[in-house]
Amino acid sequence: MARMMYREAVLRTIFEEMERDENVVMLGEDIVGGMGTAGGPEAIGGIWSTSTGLFDKFGGGRVIDTPISESAIIGAANGLALSGKRPIAELMFADFIGVSLDQIWNQMGKFRYMFGGKSKCPAVVRMAYGAGFNAAPQHSQSVHSLLTSMPGLKVVIPSTPADVVGLLRTAIRDDDPVMFLEHKALYGAKGEVPDGDYTIPFGHARLSRAGQDVTIVTCGLMVGFCERVADKLAAEGIGCDVIDLRTTSPLDEEAILDSVEVTGRLIVVDESVPRCSLATDIISLVSEKAFSSLKAPPAMVTPPHTPVPFARELESAYLPSTDKIEAAVRKILAWR
Amino acid sequence: MQLSRDALLRSYRQMKVIREFEERLHTEIMTGEIAGFTHLYCGQEAVAVGVCEHLDNVDKIISTHRGHGHCIAKGCDVPTMMKEIWGSAEGTCKGKGGSMHIADIDQGMLGANGIVGGGAPIAVGAAMAAKMDGQGKVSIAFSGDGACNQGTTFEAMNMAVVTKVPAIFVFENNHYSEHTGVDYAVGTSGDIASRAEAFGMKVWRGNGVDFFSVYETMREVLDYVRAGNGPAAVEFDTERFFGHFEGDPQRYRGEGELDRIREQRDCLKIFREKVTQAKLLDGADLDAVDAEVMSLIEASVEGARAAARPTAEDVLTDVYISY
Repeated sequence: MARMMYREAVLRTIFEEMERDENVVMLGEDIVGGMGTAGGPEAIGGIWSTSTGLFDKFGGGRVIDTPISESAIIGAANGLALSGKRPIAELMFADFIGVSLDQIWNQMGKFRYMFGGKSKCPAVVRMAYGAGFNAAPQHSQSVHSLLTSMPGLKVVIPSTPADVVGLLRTAIRDDDPVMFLEHKALYGAKGEVPDGDYTIPFGHARLSRAGQDVTIVTCGLMVGFCERVADKLAAEGIGCDVIDLRTTSPLDEEAILDSVEVTGRLIVVDESVPRCSLATDIISLVSEKAFSSLKAPPAMVTPPHTPVPFARELESAYLPSTDKIEAAVRKILAWR
Repeated sequence: MQLSRDALLRSYRQMKVIREFEERLHTEIMTGEIAGFTHLYCGQEAVAVGVCEHLDNVDKIISTHRGHGHCIAKGCDVPTMMKEIWGSAEGTCKGKGGSMHIADIDQGMLGANGIVGGGAPIAVGAAMAAKMDGQGKVSIAFSGDGACNQGTTFEAMNMAVVTKVPAIFVFENNHYSEHTGVDYAVGTSGDIASRAEAFGMKVWRGNGVDFFSVYETMREVLDYVRAGNGPAAVEFDTERFFGHFEGDPQRYRGEGELDRIREQRDCLKIFREKVTQAKLLDGADLDAVDAEVMSLIEASVEGARAAARPTAEDVLTDVYISY
């Protein structure tokens, strides 16, 4: 076991995978930082400190600092992946899928299908997502509902340093394109990381708290929020299953349905949008496949259907909180 | 003209296969037997063949929505392509891609592409891979005068220059992006190469209806890029004999324009005149190729009509490698 921060888990995993497999390459804007300046390469080392030292170790041939050209970053990752490499492309902010969506949605997500199963695109797109920094509407979004709606992509959202390592190893070694979403507010979070070359398979949720009364399905930063609520309510004798999905595509339907069959109550807690979203998707799944188990209408705790606002008061009001989650649990238990 | 007799015959045959493949599709589409959108490459054969005759399967190309010519020139199997266009389970993409998505990764053909401007960034990535492998391989993005206006193409050109990778941007200027003239849509008075030059690349220009002009120009371009000088661009002036898509009424064409370009700017006629006048090949050689190609196309259409159809279960496969 080693104790490390979430961001260190990202960097260490990339470093080890690049050492293990010479086909693993990394590209993105300012991942080296300082190119073409008096400070020189590695003057910054990536704004999230998730690529520090990679250039010095592996060189500019495998650690490619690019201009601010997100379409070309993801497009180049596609070309590398179709040519036998295993690229890790970094989008500095998840919001920047807006300018690169064609290469994600129309290209990498569709190659295998539209080429009749005769190609593979083992690309990973890492992106920092999420609100809480007053970074305003274009640097704060949670984009996994959008990405999960796109067939051909796998969508991974680790909530702990240990999961970062196990899931990122799986992502880099996977032959399908993987969207890897890292929450900005988790980069500094610390946790124990097991030793050894362990991987976590996609589509296997983690039961982070166990209880008999309510099923809470969540992912990413919200996992910690839900755990705090579950711990508080456990002292009152209220038991919550907290299911950390880890991946939204593929989705561990079995873990969700098995839990709801016991508790009869479902709350989805998610930082992405409330409409056409992860929350509506899971509520729909449970309504179709576990209807007879339900003791109360399923509920969701999500932001409202608005852009992410800037001001502190507005962003606090926008985001799910432990208070809002606790209130939702009490409300679903009080139904009828 | 330093090409051997075999190389001349092979190049002529490739152009003729593309021509007759497209002419036959033009006829067959009228019958309603072929589904969806089809964009024909007829008229531009000298470019695809003049470029791809220099390549082997470790070199990569990426194509456009008007991609049949590039696919054939890069070595995709013609009867299997025809099956794909018919939507057969035996087609290049098992009937899941159709005309706009034919690919053969093993041949270095990274796909036709339904998104105008989608290909150039992908070609830059393939060029990065080629540079890493260090064996003088190149990656070529075919783009039209339409795609030359997409921001993705600009991003790709800059990134290729910055990373100094062996990418070649081949612009086929057929004077029309969909239904709009190049003088209107390309702000540099229709001049694409000068744009590429502004990104910091060495550029060439060639006559895209003359196979020999394309072939000799590409020899220079490839010598330059394979030597490790970074990316390059080339613009070929060429002609599109059909509309943007099949069914396009082409009301934007000038009086007599289609007859004129077929008469004066047909790359197959120009090839025939050049090689016979120079006594490199005689007419009978070319006639024999023509006959062989016509039977290949006929057999391909018959094969496509008889080929297995996909089933409803096939919808669900090939989304992922592992689920």
